[in-house]
Amino acid sequence: MAAVPVPADPAPVVEVLSADKVYADGTRALHPVDLSIRPGEFVTLLGPSGCGKSTLLKMIANLITPSDGRLRWWRQGFERVGEPGRQLVMVFQDATLMPWARVQKNVRLPLDLAGAARADADARVAEALALVRLTGFERHYPRQLSGGMQMRTSIARALVTDPNLLLMDEPFGALDEITRNRLDADLIQLWWKKHLTVVFVTHSIYEAVFLSTRVVVMSARPGRIVKEVAIGEPHPRTDAFRVTQKFAAYAKELSELLADASARGAIDL
Amino acid sequence: MKASRSDRVLRWMAPIAVGIVVVLVWHALVKAFEVPKYIVPSPLLVVETLITDWELLFRSLLITLKITFGAFFMAVLIGTVVAFLFVQSRWIEVSFFPYAVLLQVTPIVAIAPLIIIWVRNPTAALVVCATIIALFPIIANTTLGLRSVNPGLVDLFRMNRASRWQTLTQLRIPSAAPYFFGGLRISSGLALIGAVVAEFVAGTGGTSAGLAYQILQAGFSINIPRLFAALFLITVTGVALFLLMVFLSKLALGNWHESEVVQER
Repeated sequence: MAAVPVPADPAPVVEVLSADKVYADGTRALHPVDLSIRPGEFVTLLGPSGCGKSTLLKMIANLITPSDGRLRWWRQGFERVGEPGRQLVMVFQDATLMPWARVQKNVRLPLDLAGAARADADARVAEALALVRLTGFERHYPRQLSGGMQMRTSIARALVTDPNLLLMDEPFGALDEITRNRLDADLIQLWWKKHLTVVFVTHSIYEAVFLSTRVVVMSARPGRIVKEVAIGEPHPRTDAFRVTQKFAAYAKELSELLADASARGAIDL
Repeated sequence: MKASRSDRVLRWMAPIAVGIVVVLVWHALVKAFEVPKYIVPSPLLVVETLITDWELLFRSLLITLKITFGAFFMAVLIGTVVAFLFVQSRWIEVSFFPYAVLLQVTPIVAIAPLIIIWVRNPTAALVVCATIIALFPIIANTTLGLRSVNPGLVDLFRMNRASRWQTLTQLRIPSAAPYFFGGLRISSGLALIGAVVAEFVAGTGGTSAGLAYQILQAGFSINIPRLFAALFLITVTGVALFLLMVFLSKLALGNWHESEVVQER
């Protein structure tokens, strides 16, 4: 575990304490899960569809309440999230931009909703757009942007509040592989530069290996955590990492874990 | 750029050319077969009548317009309020939606006599009839629009602790706008149809005679040129209303909504 940032304050950002989810119709989306996210980590939830990875992420976002168990954010309840140093944001599966608003206004939305002063907000929007290399596109409408640029707008909107914890729900799943690799590389730079803590959901093994400091492998029906794998490659990583023996070895390990889990799941059925 | 401009010219010129050809053929046929004017008047005669009877017809047009716009305004007002109530709770919608449908499917001709008895003022009675006809598309479309909000954006607003008011004004209303304008287009046409139908059933003569009443009277007295002239005015009004709605919709959605964006090839 070379250059993974060692935090001064080891208190976890998020703790999931045997939280599970059973929907009203009796469907069990998630078995009781225990998970702890430490500051500065890039944790990926990897698994097939139906493994509850999105459910788990939405619990962390407090969009879904667990049926049993509980969660803690910075050792506190959710009501203190949003205070300085406890900023939590989420990037969704699709860009979820407001089609009627220009890029500028879309990115400024979280500040507008919080009632921030206009001039200050605009300065922060410019900063966020520069981070995702979208300077000059402020006056564009979402439909005038490519899929990748829409996603970067979405990321800029998440960064504009200067978050500490960034949650991402298969953000690049709908993009072509070339665009996805590009955005992955950008994202890892951002994470490194801004000292973010990221929880990232994906079903792509390669994306998980490339991005993560730790991969949480999940399996479906019922959703549960199979194993956690630390990716021991120093940061910041570049595309060169993708073609190394080490990368292939991690990919092999993860795909074996997934295959193994789904085989066991098949017997359960 | 040049191609798109000639395309735009074609868009205007082609229908106008069709109209001119139809009028010419109409004129030629009437002349060739010496069709009597009490069956089909020549287009020239219709224009003549339009000019000679202008004072009478224009007064009637204003009455019909008054009823149309009155009904359209009421339909938009009531329809929007009802739609907002519907999206407040599933129970309100489930309880009241069937009655909105009931209002829609009841032939206005059948309930017009009742309305005339209940509403003393004749103009008001006509407005009520036309409103009932024009109301449903506004309710249905606006309700659908207010519900058709991207769930991701709803989550985003929630995560940013948006107030109910912020969510309504900055998310639900803009999301509903394309549907609302679709409703306006349908409803404006229905308001005119409603005004004409209501006049047929309940219209009065004298100073408050609308275009439909003029058509009835012209029919009784076999003044077919005037009937055609009145019909022409109603048609022009309908087209003008439609164009006005298209313009409003472009104005509001032109920059962002797919339906208003011209695809470049």
